[in-house]
Amino acid sequence: MSRVVESAREAVEGIQDGSTVLVGGFGMAGMPVMLIDALIEQGATDLVVVSNNAGNGDAGLAALLAAGRVRKVVCSFPRQSDSYVFDDLYRAGRIELEVVPQGNLAERMRAAGAGIGAFFCPTGVGTPLAEGKEMRTIDGRDYVLELPIRGDVALIGAHAGDEMGNLVYRRTARNFGPVMATAAAVTVAQVTQVVPVGTLDPESVVTPGIYVDRIVQVRQEAS
Amino acid sequence: MTIPVTLDQTIEHTDRGPLSRDEMAEIVASDIPDGAFVNLGIGQPTQVSNHLAHDSGVVLHTENGMLGMGPVATGDQIDPDLTNAGKVPVTELPGASYFHHADSFAMMRGGHLDVCVLGAFQVSEHGDLANWHTGAPDAIPAVGGAMDLAIGAKDVFVMMTLFAKDGAAKIVPQCTYPLTGLACVSRVYTELATFLVGPDGVTVAETFGTTVDELATRLDVPLRRLGA
Repeated sequence: MSRVVESAREAVEGIQDGSTVLVGGFGMAGMPVMLIDALIEQGATDLVVVSNNAGNGDAGLAALLAAGRVRKVVCSFPRQSDSYVFDDLYRAGRIELEVVPQGNLAERMRAAGAGIGAFFCPTGVGTPLAEGKEMRTIDGRDYVLELPIRGDVALIGAHAGDEMGNLVYRRTARNFGPVMATAAAVTVAQVTQVVPVGTLDPESVVTPGIYVDRIVQVRQEAS
Repeated sequence: MTIPVTLDQTIEHTDRGPLSRDEMAEIVASDIPDGAFVNLGIGQPTQVSNHLAHDSGVVLHTENGMLGMGPVATGDQIDPDLTNAGKVPVTELPGASYFHHADSFAMMRGGHLDVCVLGAFQVSEHGDLANWHTGAPDAIPAVGGAMDLAIGAKDVFVMMTLFAKDGAAKIVPQCTYPLTGLACVSRVYTELATFLVGPDGVTVAETFGTTVDELATRLDVPLRRLGA
């Protein structure tokens, strides 16, 4: 059955208030701006957003934050030269922040997608981000217990996808997409190009379609 | 520390002033072995790449998911889908590869990178690193990949000024800022001196426009000399 939907509106249908939403992208590379815009229109609120950053400029994730739909951001690097939307909300006490080391953010989602209950990780040992967490010494090295991060929905950007949901990415825009796709109950991908089944080289598929529920092609800008 | 120190004795360059940022980057580059896999973090350490010889075989890793990163992109080369960890558009070199974030950090955490170069607020005499948060109540904490790099790379080099704007030394007995990693830094490159740090404390490798004795009066940690 084809996973391709015709519009971004259909792609984000059913996202509930209070959902945990995994949002792909590293800065703007790989950020699913069209899906986020559709989510703003759809209206779900009180969201927990898991993403590397907390929005850049005014578009994409920053626009979702500005619309007041996000209760909490779980990310590694909120503060940037152009994160003014988040900065203002945070300083006004209108948004919660959980800072997670970038690799833990990725691995905690990987664990969720791979059925791992928790894992011992050396990152952050002895730092404030490990405070209150269970520790274990294994072969003389200290580790912190880290728990999975699951999403109710993942919104990701990819380069091309076929009707079976197989995805390929482009350059560093791949970033969190393949991991988030595995970690959410429903994964939605916006792609630059929808291609017929059989077009993508099976050896080159990065995200197998089993992880992807809905695909929508990005509207081409008139040029 | 895994990269051997090439100097036998501490060298005091008193016939010149402190290093410029570009000279610091050049010295860091000269300490990176040919063929190493290297992560240059964001900001100032990325300047190190300007001083790596073309035939060095050094492969640059960027944690957003690439090995074989090339120079900063200009003009038509700029591609929004190809950036470094500082979100600056970059280029790819022949032999480059792309991978997702969990793989990229597995590469770091798993000890596969030879060197990373980071900035710092403070480094302790035993190599503890503080570089992500000042702890100020109005500061917005942002850690990025700093903690993963600190515990992951075989050698962690720090590039920083030796003193903060308020004059406080940044090599300290104990970090007072929130930690990034414990006992992870092996070398500290500053405008006034290059230091080795670790279980034995602080050893001065080279000074620039100052002497070990002068530095000893300005730092609150014991300083050793190479070969002494």
